[in-house]
Amino acid sequence: MKSCDKKRRWHRERQVRTGVVLFGAVLAVALLGPSLAPHDPNALVGVPYGMPGEGAWLGSDYLGRDVWSRLLAGGLSIFWMSLSASLIALAVGAVIGMIAAYRKGPTDQAIIWSTDVLFAFPDLILVLLIVSMLGRAPWLIVLLVALAFLPGVIRLARGITLGIVEQEYVDSARMLGFSTGHIMLREILPNAATPLLVHLGVMLTWAIGMLSGLSFLGYGVAPPAADWGLMINENRAGLIIQPWAVLAPVVMIALFTLGANLIAEGIGRINARTEDA
Amino acid sequence: MASSPIPAPSPQAGDGVPQPAGSGRAHHSPSRLVWLPWLGKRLLSGLATILVISAVVYLGTLALPSDPARVILGPEATDAAVALLREQLGLNRPIPVQYFDWLGHVLRGDFGKSLDSGVPAMEIVSDRLGNSFALMFLVLALNTPATFLLGVFMAVRRDSRLDRTLMALLIGVKAFPPFAIAVALIIVFSTSVLPIVPAVSLLDPALSALAQPQYLVLPVATLLLIVMPFLTRLIRAGMIEALDAEYIAAARLRGVPERRIVWRHAVPNALAPVIQGIAMTVRMLLGGALIVEVVYSYPGIGSALNSAIENRDIPVLQTITLLMAVSVVVINLLADFATVLLTPRLRTTAKPQLSSGAKARLRLKAGGV
Amino acid sequence: MTVTPLSIRPPAIAVRGLRVDLSGRGAPIVADIDLALAAGEIVGLVGESGSGKTTLANALLGHARKGTRIVAGEVWIDQQNILALDEKAQRAARGKLIAYVPQDPAMALNPLGRIGSVLHETLSLHRPELGRSERDEVVRATVRDVDLPDDREFLSRYPHQLSGGQQQRVLLALAFILRPRVVVLDEPTTALDVTTQAQILKLIRSLCREHQIAAIYVSHDLAIVRELVDRTAVLYAGRLVEVARSSAIFSRPVHPYTRGLLAAVPDIRRRQRLASIPGHTAPPGRRPDGCAFAPRCARATDLCRTDVPVLAEAEPGTLAACYHPVRELMLDLLAHVPTPLHQAGLPTLLKGSGIDAAYGATQVLFDVNFALPPRQCTALVGQSGSGKTTLARALGGLGEGVTGELELNGTPIGIGTAGRDRDLRRRVQYVFQNPYRALNPRQSIGRNLTEVVRHFFPVGKDEARARAEGAIARVSLPAEVMDRRPTQLSGGERQRVAIARALLCEPELLICDEITSALDVSVQAAVLELLQTLKEDGLTLLFVTHDLAVVRAIADHIVVLNHGRIVEQGAVDDVLDRPADPYTRRLLADSPRVADLVPA
Repeated sequence: MKSCDKKRRWHRERQVRTGVVLFGAVLAVALLGPSLAPHDPNALVGVPYGMPGEGAWLGSDYLGRDVWSRLLAGGLSIFWMSLSASLIALAVGAVIGMIAAYRKGPTDQAIIWSTDVLFAFPDLILVLLIVSMLGRAPWLIVLLVALAFLPGVIRLARGITLGIVEQEYVDSARMLGFSTGHIMLREILPNAATPLLVHLGVMLTWAIGMLSGLSFLGYGVAPPAADWGLMINENRAGLIIQPWAVLAPVVMIALFTLGANLIAEGIGRINARTEDA
Repeated sequence: MASSPIPAPSPQAGDGVPQPAGSGRAHHSPSRLVWLPWLGKRLLSGLATILVISAVVYLGTLALPSDPARVILGPEATDAAVALLREQLGLNRPIPVQYFDWLGHVLRGDFGKSLDSGVPAMEIVSDRLGNSFALMFLVLALNTPATFLLGVFMAVRRDSRLDRTLMALLIGVKAFPPFAIAVALIIVFSTSVLPIVPAVSLLDPALSALAQPQYLVLPVATLLLIVMPFLTRLIRAGMIEALDAEYIAAARLRGVPERRIVWRHAVPNALAPVIQGIAMTVRMLLGGALIVEVVYSYPGIGSALNSAIENRDIPVLQTITLLMAVSVVVINLLADFATVLLTPRLRTTAKPQLSSGAKARLRLKAGGV
Repeated sequence: MTVTPLSIRPPAIAVRGLRVDLSGRGAPIVADIDLALAAGEIVGLVGESGSGKTTLANALLGHARKGTRIVAGEVWIDQQNILALDEKAQRAARGKLIAYVPQDPAMALNPLGRIGSVLHETLSLHRPELGRSERDEVVRATVRDVDLPDDREFLSRYPHQLSGGQQQRVLLALAFILRPRVVVLDEPTTALDVTTQAQILKLIRSLCREHQIAAIYVSHDLAIVRELVDRTAVLYAGRLVEVARSSAIFSRPVHPYTRGLLAAVPDIRRRQRLASIPGHTAPPGRRPDGCAFAPRCARATDLCRTDVPVLAEAEPGTLAACYHPVRELMLDLLAHVPTPLHQAGLPTLLKGSGIDAAYGATQVLFDVNFALPPRQCTALVGQSGSGKTTLARALGGLGEGVTGELELNGTPIGIGTAGRDRDLRRRVQYVFQNPYRALNPRQSIGRNLTEVVRHFFPVGKDEARARAEGAIARVSLPAEVMDRRPTQLSGGERQRVAIARALLCEPELLICDEITSALDVSVQAAVLELLQTLKEDGLTLLFVTHDLAVVRAIADHIVVLNHGRIVEQGAVDDVLDRPADPYTRRLLADSPRVADLVPA
């Protein structure tokens, strides 16, 4: 084995391991946090912007609630919403993209053109506009975020499928008379899976960013719920006095995103190499 | 003759690049403006897209569960008064009629009046536009050369310790959502650590934004941090791919010095994806501008949009959204055009096909602000 | 280490003990390379894939490709050892003392570089003393030397505006413009059609002779090498196994591997039974102790398996690295295969009439009419762009934009994609050119095969697997292949799996679309052997190819396609011995051949 390649591979595997550790840690907090919180996230435990001390490890927020408890409770919504949005975008977008590439012709043109229209709206703005109009039901937000990511997934799936469809084993399947469904499922999908999965990881990071951004602007989860994005906004004013109420959720979000990022990229590269002939 | 001339799968069919000349056929186009028909078609397509966007914007805002008439008159007005105003505003006409009416006004520059203040929407927007332009201009002017040099530098030294450290740094910065970056910068530079710049941009409307740099520092820095990781990595990847090309190896075997190889042989070939990347950057900036302006209370169109959303100020909403979407379409068109001009192979054929796979990958890396 | 003295004049280039390893502490890719060339001499470096020939070609310029490292050796040109020079001097030497002509012209030219400016660049880097107008003159003269127009319009073209042949000439111009002592050519005609190839070969020879430039021509194609070179060096598993004058090596090869190679090369002038070499080349790092060829050699003894043989004079003027060199003439061992009698009025398996095809607005097939006799092999011959693949795909059931009439055993069948029922699809099978893309990489071989069986026959899993195993055995692959993934097999093995997949359908007609073009010569021989057996078992073959030698080896009947029109068809021996059409004649004249004309 070539030593510079070995070094590189070990480095990348360390990347994936770091990513898994970070992501896993934050995930644990998000999932287990609510049951481990010492105080009720909405209970008042101290003065507004109180400093860290007994019973309130990170101090209290602008209303006097325990920051640590709110931190533990605040990850769940971000987690399930970002995961759902990414999965929905992936499932729907992959199907549409594969169909577009396989069918070609006018269907393809129409789909491409629709993605161009959707793409013209910057992500956040699209979601923001509609959420502001239709209200902040969590499922609505999830669907909108998925919608914002959809054009990208469609384009990716389409591009990948175009590459696969050129391969002779797909031609062979067509010549032998296999049905379109069979070809999509057995020839195209398995070979497109890896880059799509990597993209899932990437979308996860965007979704986390966007959802917390929405909360931050006040369009996400409604107060008095504990949510990391919301916490950052709520406690902004008292930043000089009590930075922890803002810093803690910022760090959690950053670690979450970083972890997901590292995993996605690492897996992508490892898989790319094992797939080479 | 063939019954249905749909191109059969050939090695370069679909969205591949136009047929290379390896099979014994010479391509030489006498006309230098061979791409003109393509440009024309692209412009038309762009216009159609804009038209559809305008319809989406208009119809979308109609879905707002709020009544413009009531917003104007206030919650205490009587139903009769509201109904009368609705009639006067023409809100009871069929939707297509309203849309085309609105479109006609828009094309004449009349975007309606703000429901909040009564000021013409265009005026509100144009006031703020200058400020946002200042921000974007500064960001682009600083970002483009910096990321370019950095990307090339990292590509040439790929996998070295420096490269890996910088990559880790970029990935780290990318992990912070935009608002988190803004807040972090405020913490460091405005409040606790090094209070050297103001946290809130209290721009004097009478002066140009560029004349008040102290209010621009943090917003520009934030936006830079948001877009730099993406573009740097893109340039780096493009350069690496260019440097791995066969013709670069062939040039090395001809004894061309490394420096010339990087700057005269590789860089020009890496430009095409970079142009697309810059287009994506503009899109990211538009989205990022909203959050950044809100955090810093910067009087630009992002914060104007935010207020319009909060206040259900439909005309302003429509104006700004339309403006943003149209900008993205125009920028994309310019980017496509620049790509065709920069790539001789596309420039000399009548049917340039920009590789949609590459474009798709670019859009993906850029998404999510 | 002795330098091989083959001429009294000092050699233009002398290579001693060159060795290139994999990076890190990897295994050797090429080792113990000793070679010397006189000025103006052309030496062919012959090797199959895995022999290390491209690595060696690059190493001569002091360039180690990614993942490799030049470990030892000297390359002496003009009293300088290229490998010992510092970076700057090495750069100066590249192009000036020794130049390189890459393989794929489309990829080797910077797409943004106008032809004239690339040539100018090379000149100004290596000969800074020339002024602008002097450079201009040199550029134009060089361009004329390679038979390209020297006007401003042509010089301002981009690579994509040139044909493949023109691009290759530009690469030649780039190599010869500085009048180096040595030029290394890495299979420069692989991507070109036969006629252009012939012209380029002629050009190379005249440039070398005229300017007394030594050349090393790397190739896997023995026929080309024979046409062009004075001496031939055979490379196997990174070592030179035979070096001799071309006149000697093609008639009296001494090393068993060389003999094996020659026995596998089809000859355009007469039909012979091709013999493949059993086994395959071990990649670097997995080569056996002793002679690397021993596992595949019928003459191997214990000595061969323990000690690596070195190059030594086996016959006057011939060097071989073998403990048991062969002394017999090659011709004696070639088995003549009697030419089949072509009977007129044979029944027709597949008949096509009035076939037209178009891609968009361009028509590629014009009123094609043909008849395929059963249990024979019909060759469909044409250069790239002739429409042969379009026709083959249409016959296979994947024709878009194709119209016309087809009859299978007298029954009309559909020519478009949708027009065929399952049974018909089963009876006509297709094998593709590129074995690396013909199998689903995500499925095991067994899965690839059983899926097809169960698609056409109502059998259970076990029966399907049994049939698949049978087909694997029929194509001479070991049973354990069933559980491997395609990426774990070589090109030749994958191609056999593709054939097995076709056989499982119990077809009447097997369409082979250039299935051996991507394979090494000895592997090709094995696949052609397999096809011959299948033909004897009753299968009808349509073999699409551009290589007339392969046609002579395997086909009974030939159809020649030129730009979408059939220009000639008939029995193979008739058409190849007495071609009627000028295009066919030109193809024959331009095709390189391996053996001298021997009275039949």
